[in-house]
Amino acid sequence: MEFFQLLLSGLANGSVYGLVALGFVLIYKATEAVNFAQGDFMMLGAFVMVGLVNPEYLGINFWLAVPLALLIMGALGYLLDLTVLRFMFGQNQTAVVILTIALGFVIRFVAGLIWGHEPLSLYSPLALGDFRVGGVVLSLADVSVIVVTLLTTLFLWQFFQRTKLGLAMQAASQNQMAAYYMGIPVKRVQGAVWALAGIVAAVAGILYASKGTLDISAGFIGIKAFAAAVIGGFGSLPGALMGGLIVGVIEPFASRYLPSGYSQLAAYSLLIVVLVFRPHGLFAQVRTKKV
Amino acid sequence: MRFHFKTTYDQDIRLFPDRWTLSVYAVLLVLMLVMPWLINDFYLGEMTNVLIWAVAGLGLMMLTGQTGQVSLGHSAFMAMGAYLSVNFMAMGLPFLLSFALAGIVTGLIGAIIALPALKLHGVYLAIFTLALAILADDLIVILAPWTGGVGGYFAPPIYIAGVEVNRWVNPWAWYYLALGTVLVVTLLYQNLLRSPLGRAFAAVRDSEISAQAMGVDVARTKTIAFGISCAFAGLGGALMGLFAGAFNNETFNFLISIQLLMMIIIGGLGFVHGAFLGAVIVAFLPQFLSILTDTMGSSSIPGLEAGIFGAILIAFILFEPMGLYGRWLKVRTWLELFPFARRDMFKRQKSYLKTERLR
Repeated sequence: MEFFQLLLSGLANGSVYGLVALGFVLIYKATEAVNFAQGDFMMLGAFVMVGLVNPEYLGINFWLAVPLALLIMGALGYLLDLTVLRFMFGQNQTAVVILTIALGFVIRFVAGLIWGHEPLSLYSPLALGDFRVGGVVLSLADVSVIVVTLLTTLFLWQFFQRTKLGLAMQAASQNQMAAYYMGIPVKRVQGAVWALAGIVAAVAGILYASKGTLDISAGFIGIKAFAAAVIGGFGSLPGALMGGLIVGVIEPFASRYLPSGYSQLAAYSLLIVVLVFRPHGLFAQVRTKKV
Repeated sequence: MRFHFKTTYDQDIRLFPDRWTLSVYAVLLVLMLVMPWLINDFYLGEMTNVLIWAVAGLGLMMLTGQTGQVSLGHSAFMAMGAYLSVNFMAMGLPFLLSFALAGIVTGLIGAIIALPALKLHGVYLAIFTLALAILADDLIVILAPWTGGVGGYFAPPIYIAGVEVNRWVNPWAWYYLALGTVLVVTLLYQNLLRSPLGRAFAAVRDSEISAQAMGVDVARTKTIAFGISCAFAGLGGALMGLFAGAFNNETFNFLISIQLLMMIIIGGLGFVHGAFLGAVIVAFLPQFLSILTDTMGSSSIPGLEAGIFGAILIAFILFEPMGLYGRWLKVRTWLELFPFARRDMFKRQKSYLKTERLR
């Protein structure tokens, strides 16, 4: 029973990592850039939700606030692309990486100014219910996190495989100039993907905030989500979810069965092992570049 | 306006291209040497801090600016330098020897760690090194017998030739220690850039494929670059730890390495001057901000420093990717060519990305 309990909490945590990792992968897939601020996006999404729902702020009904929060974060993602990232169009990856790290700092600062530095908790209907199935305590939050994550991943995966916009996004990243020749409005497509990443971040943020308290350093789970995205192979959506689940499940088991002090090492050690032996992740999409 | 009429190839790689440059740096050196008589102890301490950051910044500059590999894990190597130097001193070695040894050993370990990391490019390397920086925190706690664990270390007293170097008793001695280290590191750095190895670094940065085609051993070059970079970072970390007086597992967290990276970008990636200009910003920005918030009458705002730092960095990447030193180069060119300078001389080339992925 303990095994299942650990597995469940691992899967729930892993789903949040997976969702943040999905945000990385989305942007990477469509713009070839890596958004180091995705974790802070998630934190911002959660705080926007807190600002909408909690009685000390606006106090809107939770289910009404969800689409609003998604909308706000989507708009924010699009604006960010419009005002900052579009200037980096065609520049190399490293500059964008550093730019997004800096963006993360700014987002954290702004969130701290607006919502303060004390831990807050979201008034979420998901946080209330617990039920038991054969000795395993299932909390409503954990189950809903897992379900929503699976649905989101499935949706995004199909979106990239099937829809015209999804294919345009892939084309825009694979060869920007060729995409232009094919009549794809590359810059607008990239704006759309940033908006999508904002929405995914909001979903992740709402779920994260439903699971526990929230403060402005919540964005640092982005680093674990990185591990997840890399383990899954950057650029693969199901891979990102798999990576997230692997990292999420390893953590509770490591802290249960390994001596204290060593348990925090587990996720990052796995990351390093994967990078050394399978540099492009478990679901690799890269082959050696030919000249 | 100066003209360089070159008659030998040696002139291309001289440390100082002409007498004017030489005299400018000579004046700067004299100014740095008499600094303790010019400013009070507080600002001397700040200057020491600038120089220490510059040593670590030169380390990262070697890797990121010259060889084009991004590392977010240099805080780990700075921590290694700090702990190694204290451990060597505890073994009874004199300070200067243990300080140098700390740098060398950190460099060797860095080169060994670089071996598996060599296969990684760009973002993957950044994430690999970020993982190293985060692991370092936990490893320091686990290796408590050598690192003091969570309690950390108090910096032991430093003696150089019988003179005690103490931040509070004789700040000028600390200043000269940092200045000496900076001079040695900068000279090493400059001379390395003039050597075939330095040229190989630049070749790897600009295009790994063409470097390989020109006969550069890319793997070896990257390993050496990583090693040297870590050695400098180790020296900087040792100075930083000893200067702070006490350090533990949280002193060198991964935010330090991000700050280091931001610093060299604001200063100017690929220029020795950039490391120094960036160090000035890093060391004086907190003071400047605290003075500013004091005069505006408000209490300190948490996170302000990081937020402003991030905003400055964004502005630089968008509007001045070559950093402060790049801006100075533009101003200087404008002055030298007046009135013939044109806006488009430094224009960014338009480029389009292609993926390396297949699906």
